[in-house]
Amino acid sequence: MEGIYLDHASSMPVDPRVIDFAKPFLVEAGNPSSLYEFGQTAKQAIEEARSKVADLINAESEKTIVFTGSATEANNIGIRGTALRNIKEGKEVLASAIEHISVINPMKDLVKNGWSFNQVPVDKFGVVDLDSLKKMITKNTVVTSVMYANNEIGTIEPIKKISEIVHKNGKYLHVDATAAAGRIPIDVQNDEIDLLTLSSNDLYGPPGAGTLYIKPGVKVKSVMPGGGQERGLRSGTENIFAIASMGEAARIAKQEMKNESERLKKIRDSLISEINKIDEAYLTGHPTQRLPHHASFRFNYIEGESILLNMDMYGIQIATGSACSSKTLEASHVLLAIGLKHEEAHGSMVITLGRSNNLEQVQKIVKSVEETVQRLRQLSPLSK
Amino acid sequence: MPVYSKKVMDHFTNPRNVGVIENPDGFGKVGNPVCGDLMEMYIKVENGIITDIKFKTFGCGSAIATSSMVTELAIGKTADEALEITRKDVADELDGLPPQKMHCSNLAADALHAAIEDYKKKKQ
Repeated sequence: MEGIYLDHASSMPVDPRVIDFAKPFLVEAGNPSSLYEFGQTAKQAIEEARSKVADLINAESEKTIVFTGSATEANNIGIRGTALRNIKEGKEVLASAIEHISVINPMKDLVKNGWSFNQVPVDKFGVVDLDSLKKMITKNTVVTSVMYANNEIGTIEPIKKISEIVHKNGKYLHVDATAAAGRIPIDVQNDEIDLLTLSSNDLYGPPGAGTLYIKPGVKVKSVMPGGGQERGLRSGTENIFAIASMGEAARIAKQEMKNESERLKKIRDSLISEINKIDEAYLTGHPTQRLPHHASFRFNYIEGESILLNMDMYGIQIATGSACSSKTLEASHVLLAIGLKHEEAHGSMVITLGRSNNLEQVQKIVKSVEETVQRLRQLSPLSK
Repeated sequence: MPVYSKKVMDHFTNPRNVGVIENPDGFGKVGNPVCGDLMEMYIKVENGIITDIKFKTFGCGSAIATSSMVTELAIGKTADEALEITRKDVADELDGLPPQKMHCSNLAADALHAAIEDYKKKKQ
């Protein structure tokens, strides 16, 4: 049975072109800090990657790009490093209610050191409530973090408007663009973003690299002291293979984004229109302001982990925000933030498309979802 | 995502004794949809022996598998014997459950016990 992989937000296969490009840096030794030839080649590879990543987000220069080990590291450095470096400005941080846990937890950590941390509500589509943002942000708000688009419900945030509010009332805007980068154009200059996080694996690069963009002039404190690599912000010998890969992945993403997003949008819209026909099935997230590869739903009377396991029986891999599939057994904070009740949040299914998907797969996916929902409802005491 | 045993997946894929019993001798209901698990258990008892048992479950893979397993363990036993089936028995018979899933197996045995208690109450 040929499988259909629909969980690209969790993990992406690495593009073979990326591996071919970066392979020499995996097999040959060479510390970028060393002066001999391959050390210098490695250093050049990192600088080239920096320039390719800068290009993807239209950054001012390659100097704005700091490579980290993951998006989580970039979020930590971006939030904690900026907050601690600018503590004279105030001791408040702010985030949307649907941020990734790697944004929320560093902010919660600051609370232990006397900072105040608040979360801005979103509407039923997951769009940040701009009036609340205006009210909650103060002159003491050093870092405000809002994601470019949400990984669980696909909603794209009005970053330009958010940026205007943040810069009028507060200080720095951090944007986690992990889910959005490579799918929709990002322009840090046009949006006036101060700090932005990217992940290699979400661009078809290997895990092991992430990026923090820092706008020229924004000061960030080192939260990981060591050998001083990456402007002293991310000490530790560079993972050249992962960094070179991320650069190449960013270059390919920029080149192919327009056509690929148009292609995926057709598959997405076809899935949404067919799955929406199922009785008591509902789209989660915004109907139009959503990522081109993202289709997410919830179904009454059934539970998400069961949906995931049942879909896997058809050779189809999906994700769920169900509590039962998480380590903590807590319902998804994103689904609760858009106003779903706990019992509604349990029945979620997230589809994120990628390069291996095509329109021919839609029929099989839809049929498998229909049969899964029907079977689990037959088992469910809630379904009449 | 927990890793389930083959037996759990077998009971999830082909659950035994799914459904309802009209006019059951005992009925038990535990859990609630807010926590993500709800189980209903129906039993038929003849001469003190559980001769038929059916369930309906809303919940995760292990919630469904443990419901199915507990019905297999209970059928053919006397009501008193079935009361002795523990949460651990259910998990053991499924070749174990991931640690964070142990509460689901609690519910399956609890639902069975609730159905038996209901039967006993009705008999008095």
